[in-house]
Amino acid sequence: MSGYGVTDLRVRYGSREAVDGVSFSVPGHTIAALVGGDGAGKTSVLRVLAGAIAPAGGTVRRPDEHRIGYMPAGEAVYRDLTVDENLAFSARAYGVRGPEAARRADELLERTGLGAARSRLGGQLSGGMRQKLALAMALLHQPELLVLDEPTTGIDPVSRAQLWRLIAGAAAAGAAVVVATCYVDEAERAATVVVLSDGQVLLEGSPEEVVARTPGVVVASAARLDPERSWLRGTRWRTWSPDGTVPPGATRAELDLEDAVIVAELERLPQGTGEVAA
Amino acid sequence: MWAMVQKEFRQLRRDRRTVAMMIVMPLVLLIVFGYAASFDVTEIKTVVVGPDAQAAADRLRAPFVVDRVEPASTREDAVDILRDGRAQAAIVTVAGGQPQALIDGADLFAARAAVNALGQAAAQAGQPAPQPEVLFNPDLKTSVIMVPGLVGVILVFIGVVATSLGVVRERQAGTLEQLAVMPFRPADVFIGKILPYFLIAAIDLTVITIVGNTLFDVPFRGSVLTLALGATLFLFVTLGLGVLISTVSQNQGQAIQLAFMTVLPQILLSGLLFPLHSMAAGVRWIGYLLPLTYFIQLSRGVMVRGTPIDALVLPLTMLAVLGVAVFGLSLIRFRRDLAPGGRARTEAAEESTTVPAGAR
Repeated sequence: MSGYGVTDLRVRYGSREAVDGVSFSVPGHTIAALVGGDGAGKTSVLRVLAGAIAPAGGTVRRPDEHRIGYMPAGEAVYRDLTVDENLAFSARAYGVRGPEAARRADELLERTGLGAARSRLGGQLSGGMRQKLALAMALLHQPELLVLDEPTTGIDPVSRAQLWRLIAGAAAAGAAVVVATCYVDEAERAATVVVLSDGQVLLEGSPEEVVARTPGVVVASAARLDPERSWLRGTRWRTWSPDGTVPPGATRAELDLEDAVIVAELERLPQGTGEVAA
Repeated sequence: MWAMVQKEFRQLRRDRRTVAMMIVMPLVLLIVFGYAASFDVTEIKTVVVGPDAQAAADRLRAPFVVDRVEPASTREDAVDILRDGRAQAAIVTVAGGQPQALIDGADLFAARAAVNALGQAAAQAGQPAPQPEVLFNPDLKTSVIMVPGLVGVILVFIGVVATSLGVVRERQAGTLEQLAVMPFRPADVFIGKILPYFLIAAIDLTVITIVGNTLFDVPFRGSVLTLALGATLFLFVTLGLGVLISTVSQNQGQAIQLAFMTVLPQILLSGLLFPLHSMAAGVRWIGYLLPLTYFIQLSRGVMVRGTPIDALVLPLTMLAVLGVAVFGLSLIRFRRDLAPGGRARTEAAEESTTVPAGAR
């Protein structure tokens, strides 16, 4: 496989297998999105890729640690340092010094809209501003592999758009980007989507490939047609029909990545195990 | 209300450390205060020198316990013995004259007991009691012995409490994982984390010593270098303890609990407040395992008595041994924290190189 990534990755916490046989690859200039629910194994995969934990098995392809940028899901910003001080620490840690460090910091602050907040403490920033600062810290040394764990979770749509501009910019500049997200619409921007469930790969490919591979049809209706195969999208229900029949009162829906991910989960679950929460 | 009580008990059941502290701490305090909290001095280690040494030794009564009789030694030798901390009192006899009692004022409680005992002996008819002369701390001032001890306590606080909180804060905030993936060696993070505390502690030590000297007339008779060496070794132990506490604590509350459990016995059992030789043997031996015990011996020796380095080999060695043990253990645990699963950071893959996980 070309690019960075993992092959047959296994991660274990004690006796619990968190990741079991995950493989994917992300070349430079592209974005790979890891999608999955809570406990799917996204964070474990990213932690291995970033070098924070050791895998229990499999192979990991990543550059030297100086060329990895990592934004963990938790706190990545020092709350008792100012925006400038946080960036200066990151620059120094990765060996970016002097005018070059200042130039890159200025540029990132401008692109993130944090220029006016440079002397504010990390703890005084809003959640969105903190996420932007964390991303700026991960980008400052211009990494070849950028590993981002849910960078946009819990922040406003405007900040999300700003963050995605930065992420896309990093990929355009040549970085291989792996981003975990629980927003399927964000995953549609990626070249490769890896859908994880219970530590295993459920689907993998470009968003179009993943959608095209969905078995049966998905129909739209005003009423809930099947308690186990229906989910609400906006104000209307969608229902997966594995055999391709369109029930009366329903119309065939235009499938998107979110539907494809839900269908993949439904397909994996044995019948009678409950309803879809989406 | 019962819902609150039930919730509280459920939470307590899962917080075993707090439960242990609530149950064990009162027991420990009871035992410590029962066996250790004693200012009574029943034995004063005494050396008798001069031509009439044997006869004077035979006349000595409790609380004086004759450790050595050296007829060939002089007053200077006796002063050296006290300076080195080998005895608490010395009786100096002269041919045909009144014997003199030299008392180590740095051992405050033993010194007071010795002066009292000599006074009582003199009051008894027909008993030619030696004239007492208190050395090093002639006015038997408490501040003279407390300030050198306090230096140790402050170093313990900075080392254990501040360091453990500093490292745990990093873990609690989640930034420790960020550090783990940055191009730092675990040793860089470890040293980078404790060096600021080390420097602050060194400044604190200097300030307290100068303030003690100018404000409380605490003497500084020995070598600055000897104290600096002892303080450095002592700081290694306390900073190591701080890091060790941080590696077994998930949050700042747990770290404070453990730091408290580490600091309290040191304050009570190190000889800072209660003389070690007055404690029951079992409790005293706990004191011998604590780093503050040796630092106090050293700081009081150097500052008050002017003890030379060759007479401080035992406390210096003990601090070095404790330092290597605690610092080493904390470094091992800290490395494990920064490299979970035994990740060998030096084997990070080169660009596009496949790293077989099994070989790492």
